[in-house]
Amino acid sequence: MSTTVSQLDKVKTGPWNGGKSPWNLEYGKIMMWFFLVGDAFTFSAFLVYYGAQRFSHPTWPDPDKIFQSIPGIADHGQPLVFVGLMTFILIMSSVTMVLAVEAGHRNQKNEVVKWMLWTILGGICFVGCQAIEWTHLHHMGFWFGKNPATGLEGDAIKTALLPYFTHDISYTSALQFANLFFTITGFHGFHVTVGIILNIIILFMTLNNTFENRGSYLMIEKVGLYWHFVDLVWVFVFTFFYLI
Amino acid sequence: MSQYQDNIAHGEHAHEGGMDKKAIWRVFGVLLALTCLEFLIALGFVHHWQILTKGALVNTIYIVLTLVKAYYIVAFFMHLKFEKSSFIVTVAIVFIFIIYFIVLMLVEGGFLAGAFQEHQLFPNK
Repeated sequence: MSTTVSQLDKVKTGPWNGGKSPWNLEYGKIMMWFFLVGDAFTFSAFLVYYGAQRFSHPTWPDPDKIFQSIPGIADHGQPLVFVGLMTFILIMSSVTMVLAVEAGHRNQKNEVVKWMLWTILGGICFVGCQAIEWTHLHHMGFWFGKNPATGLEGDAIKTALLPYFTHDISYTSALQFANLFFTITGFHGFHVTVGIILNIIILFMTLNNTFENRGSYLMIEKVGLYWHFVDLVWVFVFTFFYLI
Repeated sequence: MSQYQDNIAHGEHAHEGGMDKKAIWRVFGVLLALTCLEFLIALGFVHHWQILTKGALVNTIYIVLTLVKAYYIVAFFMHLKFEKSSFIVTVAIVFIFIIYFIVLMLVEGGFLAGAFQEHQLFPNK
């Protein structure tokens, strides 16, 4: 008598046949990834629209000529230096976040707290720098729906916008630049602010021994994913708004 | 539930993929170096010494450097490189749509730039 089981009746044991975690990832972490993919679409839509506007205008303001100040040090003639500092702060805070995650893997509560504090400090510095930059641009006359020539007539428009253009001068493109700059950096700044709040929450959870008792610092990893994503978006914003 | 989480936590350690402190600082060094290179081009070559002018070449260099930085952030800081390959595909494949969208909208923008100039408006009188 044969005991062979037919092919159909065999119990399937592949990774996708149930009873296993095929990706070996916790639910919340997968959902954070999927949220970030969705968020990537939102930011892409913003940046792609910015690109489409730039391509459809015969001329565009020169970022080198708009971002020229270092608040408190120089009002003029220092292109890109301040935004360089902001970029450095954000990359640095991304590093301290990974270090917090790494300390979490080793269940070193005090190290997690230390690196989380640095991360929060970096985030606050970044948002602070952004606030200063927005204020400076507002003083120059840029704002949502406004550029330095808004309300002027005739040749005064040209004179007001001359400092910001290398090629032909266009009121409309200066206006679109202002709108898109404040919308996109504003949306990014909003993300950083949310990230800081999440970081503060998990810092207090760490101090409260929540993760210690749970036996895993996985929550730090999940919030860390969000924080790195914010850094990732900045890399693109920096290139497309400030460099190109 | 808790046992399931334990399994996951152990699994995570099992495929840790060597992101120790040294590796983290190495990735940081790469990101910093690439950013410095961007500034060297922007402030040095283009602005100060004026060896290069802003244009297709410089922009291509910036975009390539940006994509390399993005790779390092996603692969190492976000740890994606060390996940299961099916998960990497799941997360990454949707960017085909974004690439398509970029091409679509930039072509459209470029078309409009020409079309607005070529064809004047006729007053409806």
